[in-house]
Amino acid sequence: MQNLGIDVLFKGTNFVRLLSGLWVAVRISLISVIISIVLGLVVGALMTSKNRILKVIFRIYLEIVRIMPQMVLLFIVYFGTTRVFGWNLEAEVSAILVFSFWGIAEMGDLVRGALISIPKIQYESAMALGMDGKQIYYHVILPQTIRRLIPLSINLITRMIKTTSLVMMIGIVEVLKVAQQIIEANRRSSPNAAFGIFAVVFLLYFLICWPISKLSVYLEKRWS
Amino acid sequence: MNDNYITLNAISKHYSAKNGTVEALKNVSLSLPQNEIFGVIGLSGAGKSTLVRCINLLERPDTGEIIINRENLLNLGSEELRLRRQKIGMIFQHFNLLEQQTVLNNVCFPLEIRGIPRKERREKAMGLLEKVGLAEKAEAYPSQLSGGQKQRVAIARVLANEPDILLCDEATSALDPETTKTILGLIKTIHDTMGITVVIITHEMKVIQEICSSVAVLENGEVQEIGTVSELFVNPKSRAAKRLLLLEEEEDETYVG
Repeated sequence: MQNLGIDVLFKGTNFVRLLSGLWVAVRISLISVIISIVLGLVVGALMTSKNRILKVIFRIYLEIVRIMPQMVLLFIVYFGTTRVFGWNLEAEVSAILVFSFWGIAEMGDLVRGALISIPKIQYESAMALGMDGKQIYYHVILPQTIRRLIPLSINLITRMIKTTSLVMMIGIVEVLKVAQQIIEANRRSSPNAAFGIFAVVFLLYFLICWPISKLSVYLEKRWS
Repeated sequence: MNDNYITLNAISKHYSAKNGTVEALKNVSLSLPQNEIFGVIGLSGAGKSTLVRCINLLERPDTGEIIINRENLLNLGSEELRLRRQKIGMIFQHFNLLEQQTVLNNVCFPLEIRGIPRKERREKAMGLLEKVGLAEKAEAYPSQLSGGQKQRVAIARVLANEPDILLCDEATSALDPETTKTILGLIKTIHDTMGITVVIITHEMKVIQEICSSVAVLENGEVQEIGTVSELFVNPKSRAAKRLLLLEEEEDETYVG
């Protein structure tokens, strides 16, 4: 069997470099995910509003996010704004902006869907028991909304983590970029490193996303 | 005894739909004495659900008055209304229990909302579960119960607030005939022992026949006929009542055939 090229991993500080690259990816996605969940809850509630103008604005927002490839958004925010508005955004800030812009829209749409799927009769029977608005929201609506939201939002979160690999296109040195650098640097001495190193990158992504999807399965089971 | 315990005075209610407005209730007036089991029957779309929702103001009528025990509910502020609603129990076709909570917690729920201490509310809830014959299911979850058992839990939950009125919105319509009978029997027992005024909304003559003393027939948002149940069966005056009785007969024939 050919050499798998994993040995390169243990040369110098390569493994540590990979891990610090992973941390960059996790940091960007973690911050974006938190922003997306918090603001997504607000945007989702606003999306159920009967106000026409609000509805149209959020509709357009959601469509933009759906149609635009994330990479194009990254380019617009990082390169585009510098030229046109003279903003000098750091690459990581641009990445967080783009990922949050995306996450808030999708999370908002999930929240909207979960909220409108709660039948009117749930509000009515709570009101008939003599509960006030806050009690109804907290005791009756919120638990049901969150339960419907968990599997859907976990899916969004893992997609966001995976998509952070795009940020190397605006010059952020995250795990995939580090992997490329390691492979390039060792091209002569171990030409098979492409396999070994990328396999390790795959494993690292797996180690991040797998516990999250496990958690989702656990929560779904517990609440079914 | 109060002969006009619940009075609906010239209630009208409309909804705006895509193709114009729907007149759900047109100038409906009803009056029923305390401690009665009163039925409202009509086919779907007759306005009976809207009518029962007007009694506890889940729906606010466009015009008219709702007077319960000499008090016009439409004059209450939102907090007063909320407290008044606790004394007007309501059960539904699909029970609407909290699925993530045990049977016992479901019954404790209204007590918790009223801020009653944990130990006291658990004791009270267990007593109510015994009353509806479900004490042994206290730790079960609603998904493990049959439809009839779920409705018993809903009834126990309603009784936790010690209501003086019980509104039943098609409460037996999702149940088979046998279970319907036992649930109606339970409602009757509660009525007899606790002196609760009961309003039953249904599309089934059998329910009216089984339990009610007086009945109103509703069609197209208007009261077509109102009187005692025996009057209605022996001598129906309105076309709507005759049609409902006819439907019932046909159903009986198909059971036999």
